[in-house]
Amino acid sequence: MLTLADLRIGEHGEITGFTDQILSLKLLEMGCLPGTEVILTHHAPFGDPIALKVSGYTLTMRREEAATIQIKRK
Amino acid sequence: MANVTRIALIGNPNAGKSSLFNTLTGLNQKTGNFPGVTMDKLTGVWELEPGRNIEILDLPGIYSIYPKSIDEELVINILANPNHPDYPDMAIVVADASNLKRNLLLFSQVRDLGIPTVLALNMIDVAENQGFVINSLKLARELNVEVAEINAKKGIGVGGLKLAVVKTLKHRYASNDALPLPVEEALIEDVQKQFGEADPYRSLLWLMEHDRMKMFDQAQRESFDHLMEKHHFEPKKYKSAETVKRYEQISEVVERCVINLNRQWDAEPVKTWTDRLDKAFIHSFWGYVIFLAILFVMFQAVFTWATYPMDLIDGGVAQLNDWLKGILPESPLTGLLTDGLIAGVGGVLIFVPQIAFLFFFISMLEETGYMSRVMFIMDKMMRRFGLNGKSVVPLISGIACAVPAIMSTRSIGSWKDRLITILVTPLMSCSARLPIYTVLIALVVPEKNTLFGVFNLQGVALFGLYLLGFFMALLSAWVLKKILRAKERSYFIMELPTYKGPRFKHVAISIYNSVRAFVFEAGKIIVAISIVLWVFASYGPGDSMSKIEEQVRLNNPSLSGVDLSNKIASEKLENSYAGHFGKLIEPAIKPLGYDWKIGIALITSFAAREVFVGTMSTIYSLGGEVDDENATIKNRMRAEINPDTGKPMYDAALGFSLLIFYAFAMQCMSTLATTYRETKSWKYPLIQFGYMTTLAYLAAFLVYQILS
Repeated sequence: MLTLADLRIGEHGEITGFTDQILSLKLLEMGCLPGTEVILTHHAPFGDPIALKVSGYTLTMRREEAATIQIKRK
Repeated sequence: MANVTRIALIGNPNAGKSSLFNTLTGLNQKTGNFPGVTMDKLTGVWELEPGRNIEILDLPGIYSIYPKSIDEELVINILANPNHPDYPDMAIVVADASNLKRNLLLFSQVRDLGIPTVLALNMIDVAENQGFVINSLKLARELNVEVAEINAKKGIGVGGLKLAVVKTLKHRYASNDALPLPVEEALIEDVQKQFGEADPYRSLLWLMEHDRMKMFDQAQRESFDHLMEKHHFEPKKYKSAETVKRYEQISEVVERCVINLNRQWDAEPVKTWTDRLDKAFIHSFWGYVIFLAILFVMFQAVFTWATYPMDLIDGGVAQLNDWLKGILPESPLTGLLTDGLIAGVGGVLIFVPQIAFLFFFISMLEETGYMSRVMFIMDKMMRRFGLNGKSVVPLISGIACAVPAIMSTRSIGSWKDRLITILVTPLMSCSARLPIYTVLIALVVPEKNTLFGVFNLQGVALFGLYLLGFFMALLSAWVLKKILRAKERSYFIMELPTYKGPRFKHVAISIYNSVRAFVFEAGKIIVAISIVLWVFASYGPGDSMSKIEEQVRLNNPSLSGVDLSNKIASEKLENSYAGHFGKLIEPAIKPLGYDWKIGIALITSFAAREVFVGTMSTIYSLGGEVDDENATIKNRMRAEINPDTGKPMYDAALGFSLLIFYAFAMQCMSTLATTYRETKSWKYPLIQFGYMTTLAYLAAFLVYQILS
């Protein structure tokens, strides 16, 4: 299953679902809804955390958190 | 004030809520664009109509009504409890128009609580630059609320906001007819039966968040749990489904009210300034280089630029003292004024320039939005040590003062991360340590030498001490991580705000507030202790003091003039109450290289470490010569001779041992009190005091034994 953690910088994806219930509420509130398009824009040093563009702003999260977001490639 | 109308300001972090607060009330309050600045509620007065003042309540920025950290809890505790003393008559939700959907999520939740609400659309210019045109009249109709377009930073649109607020207050209309997502009716009925009538969404919020709400006691919490069990209600599932549902409704509304001038998805989004700057600031290599460079410039500024005003103050205080001694008759009262009071006050004032510089830099980093980038690039490293990217803010603020720094940990969601951050933050060298560092470094590090011909060696030494405090904080955090057990998982889902030009007014206010707090809060303690110390250092048990002068003359018939009075003064100090205290603890501190005079300073600085320099000033004013050239504390300490070796007392071994001791020791009552308040337990301030003081003793011991 492809997750947000698999994206490389500059790649697009579309959120399809979540695997972690506790994190999903926070992610939903921040605008990461199923069907939303995301673009990976930055890695912090050592590849973690990551920064992505979602609904017009920049959101950061750790790689392990990104791995709970399922996506499909656009 | 029972009938005053009260309006709560609610909004996402960085939506411009605090700017609006400042514009409306004129009561200046620091706001920054990173999470956790509005730590507590703030109130101010707004003249809504001529002769009609209302109270404005600024609440911490939140993304949703469901709190994730302690600073966010405050909002539901006020908004969901009509009996709360701060419960508002209505709310203004400030929304960032350039991120409308996410901001409307919070709006819809607040409105459903049954609180009359006005929507204030901020940053419309930013949205338009990105190609989004918002039809706010249509939005108002669709959402069934008053909408006001504002520019919070420039103060535009306040007239329209006033109209919207007046109308809403008059009709008191809240469109909270139904739950966003239906639940079993019997559940809501049960909650209402037990806990009173309320809007259905409020009843549901009580049910789901009862553990975070202070209005419920243990028995009530248990009956909430019982109700959830009875109805097989799962709050986590409900909240997620509710959020998705709300976004669906919001998307439909936005679809109808916002025109998107960009062609959908076929072009890359416009490159903004923030994107360009982030290429450098959060770069895997340059990001760190820039961060270190910023820190380094900060310390060079504090140590070199600040010396000019400091020398002026230093010289001024010495001159004032000499002048006073010249015109006033010699008496104990003159001594108290000059050697006790003025020496003590001078010891505080001289550090105002350095503290002002420090706060200038910290406040600029906060204002521009750079601080969030630091959290981002530091998270991975901090995590290894049991901390969190968000711990960077308390740690950096800790350079100024540990008290607000510890309070700013409230935005850290995980209890374990937060507790560790609280426990190690006081190891960061705060501004109260700066005076001690400055004096001691000046004594043991040569002034003229430079590193690679560029950097002032004293500046490098100071930077080294700050780094040392930082690494010791990391090390302690790592040890604590191994000992403490986690209650919940930590996470790092955070918005990176766009870069903003600093609002210099806010920077100036922040500098003013912190300097004032240092001078008056710390100053009060320092002056009080200086006076007490002067008394203890001027009087001794029995009649021992009065006999000293006689005895010194008898034992040293060859001495006369200044030498004689110096000898008398130092003998007197040694036999005073303070001298006896110092002597009492001398055996314990001897291995660190300290004598009884430093012992006095250690005792007095246990309540507040900044007292050290004042104490030294007082001790050396009393126990040494007072001619013009030696009038400053630095020179007096430099002239001090070690009676055992005959060499200068303040050599490298003693100097560095003292520096290390003061870098690590827990000598601040205010910090311990804050730790108690934030952890709600005496256990943690005790742990903090114990481990830091032990660390300080052992490290100072090692340093002295190695260097001497």
